[in-house]
Amino acid sequence: MATTHREYIWEIPVRITHWINAISIVVLSVTGFYIGSPFWDSPNSDSVLPMALMRFIHFVAAYAFTASVLFRIYWMFVGNKYARWNQFIPLSTERIVNFIQCALFYGFMRKEIPHSPGHTAIAGVSYSIIFLIFLYEIASGFALLYVANGGGAIYNIGGGWLLRIMDLGTIRMLHHVFMWVIWIFVIIHVYISWHNDIIERNGLMSSIFSGYKFFGKHH
Amino acid sequence: MSEESIYESLLRKGVSRRDFLKFCSTSAMILGLSSSTVPKIAEALEKKERPSVVWLHFSECTGDSESVLRASKPSIAQVILDIVSLEYHETIMAPSGHAAEKSLKDIITKKKGKYIAVYEGAVPTADGGVYCFIGGHKAIDICKEVGSGAMANIAVGNCACFGGIPAANPNPTKCVGIKDILGGTVVNLAGCPMNAENFTAVVVHFVTFGTLPALDKHGRPLFAYGKCIHNNCERRPHFDQGQFVRQWGDMGHRLGWCLYEMGCKGPMAYQNCPTIRWNEGTSWPVQAGHPCIACASPNNWDDAYPFYKRMEGVPGVGWQANADKVGLGIAAATAAAVAAHGIIRAATRGKGPSDKEEGH
Ligand code: HEM
Ligand code: HEM
Ligand code: SF4
Repeated sequence: MATTHREYIWEIPVRITHWINAISIVVLSVTGFYIGSPFWDSPNSDSVLPMALMRFIHFVAAYAFTASVLFRIYWMFVGNKYARWNQFIPLSTERIVNFIQCALFYGFMRKEIPHSPGHTAIAGVSYSIIFLIFLYEIASGFALLYVANGGGAIYNIGGGWLLRIMDLGTIRMLHHVFMWVIWIFVIIHVYISWHNDIIERNGLMSSIFSGYKFFGKHH
Repeated sequence: MSEESIYESLLRKGVSRRDFLKFCSTSAMILGLSSSTVPKIAEALEKKERPSVVWLHFSECTGDSESVLRASKPSIAQVILDIVSLEYHETIMAPSGHAAEKSLKDIITKKKGKYIAVYEGAVPTADGGVYCFIGGHKAIDICKEVGSGAMANIAVGNCACFGGIPAANPNPTKCVGIKDILGGTVVNLAGCPMNAENFTAVVVHFVTFGTLPALDKHGRPLFAYGKCIHNNCERRPHFDQGQFVRQWGDMGHRLGWCLYEMGCKGPMAYQNCPTIRWNEGTSWPVQAGHPCIACASPNNWDDAYPFYKRMEGVPGVGWQANADKVGLGIAAATAAAVAAHGIIRAATRGKGPSDKEEGH
């Protein structure tokens, strides 16, 4: 297959936020899992405070994650056309058609994936959902911090307000459950990226590092 | 008899001026007020007459009355009992039968708008409220009648606040808390049982300032329910150090380590137990080696269950204590589905040329 055309799709902020998100999610999940069920005891801790340490790392990663997610949302309004919010929410007929065609393709009912130089419409929808989950993780995380620190203006803006509409137990439980939801997303996400890379031979996998995708000559 | 002021009543019972002032300072401390309010409290308690209290029992175990009456040092028990003029209390009053009935009627008519109503226990509402009768009247009717003429309504204990044990799933008698019957402002002194010191503090606040203390969204006074237990717990250093009790009676348990892994709900529960403690500061559940069960939270019998496991249940799904197992299960199933998809794709690919979509 001739790949004659190279196109710059993912701008630097899109790629940087993608990898900050991915790395911080791994860190947040490991430390969060420890916070949820501490699997390691330290009977003699004069210097190491495992829970305090895990919580500290969780909070540092949490701030990186929060900044990255908020920046990416800002970029949805100022970035190039592949980074825009309308790539996430299919409102135009073109995107809706793309969504249906993708669904048929993944269900083996259509041979070709519809040409989508940016995200496919299905990918866009899955990212919208995952961004909402990110926002919940951030708000609930700040709500938990609000409680842990007995108040605080930043924590209140970040998520303390959740306590007025939800119970702390539920907030915490969902914060934990969404960790699993995120990992289920990641499994599908990485599989689909790899799958579409193979099918389309468009360099999708490397595109999230380099920013470039490759398209056939008729493009 | 309620013409007597609180101070006079205490003097009559042999409480010294010194103890009286100590009591005023303690109340200010519990309420989170500055020491400059102590003279104001003392003055109010000296001058104002003791508020009349009608104390009602519905679907409950009388644990809150016990909490008040079983205080170990007599002086405090006196203070609590003498700070109010207890006009009606089914368990401890002298009259019984029709005489008791009559005394309740008398108070709520003669002192209409001037008494404090205290409720202990939930109110059953199923089948028109037939599951709790007192002196031939339904609890729900007594509650409405007494509540409508009270100057303040105080629910004590989790049953009266939120339904408590009688309202726990499946709640056959459809028990509810007092606020669900009365609406309006009801002070919820939650807990199982409530802490008597918090009750006293609310009354002191009411007598001194003429208003009820600030409440949280569940109607609980912020001074007593404003802080998370986990943040004031004496086992907290063990939490930070990753020193957890793993089994009842293990080394960690004997050393007083953190009860998090034994299901402690301290991180989601609000009350001043770690600072005020119980029975005049003797102890509280976590100090005694038992995990917190969030007894002052709404629906704790369902929501904080299982009491001896870490994870809160996922409401409505019955995943109780298993969010990790279910999460891992679904993740594994997803991985399998994705692998299957990949295999099918590999098997069906290559049939026909990979003709790219024309144009776009
Ligand atoms: C925790 C792990 C990960 C999360 C949460 C995640 C999340 C996301 C999100 C939200 C996007 C949309 C990007 C945007 O427009 O800003 C995206 C795009 C992308 N990610 Fe990931 N990702 C993760 C890991 C990975 C990994 C390990 C790979 C594989 C190397 C990968 C490959 C890609 C690719 C190729 C795209 C662009 C695909 C497209 O939409 O057409 N991701 N990812
Ligand atoms: C993808 C993002 C995140 C994941 C997967 C994650 C995961 C977790 C998990 C599994 C727990 C343990 C919950 C439990 O069972 O008790 C936890 C606790 C917590 N997380 Fe996160 N978290 C994320 C983001 C955040 C953010 C953005 C913040 C703050 C801004 C945050 C703050 C907290 C706090 C305060 C706790 C409770 C710590 C404690 O009580 O000691 N998390 N997290
Ligand atoms: S015993 Fe309970 S309240 Fe105390 S530190 Fe441990 S988890 Fe927190």
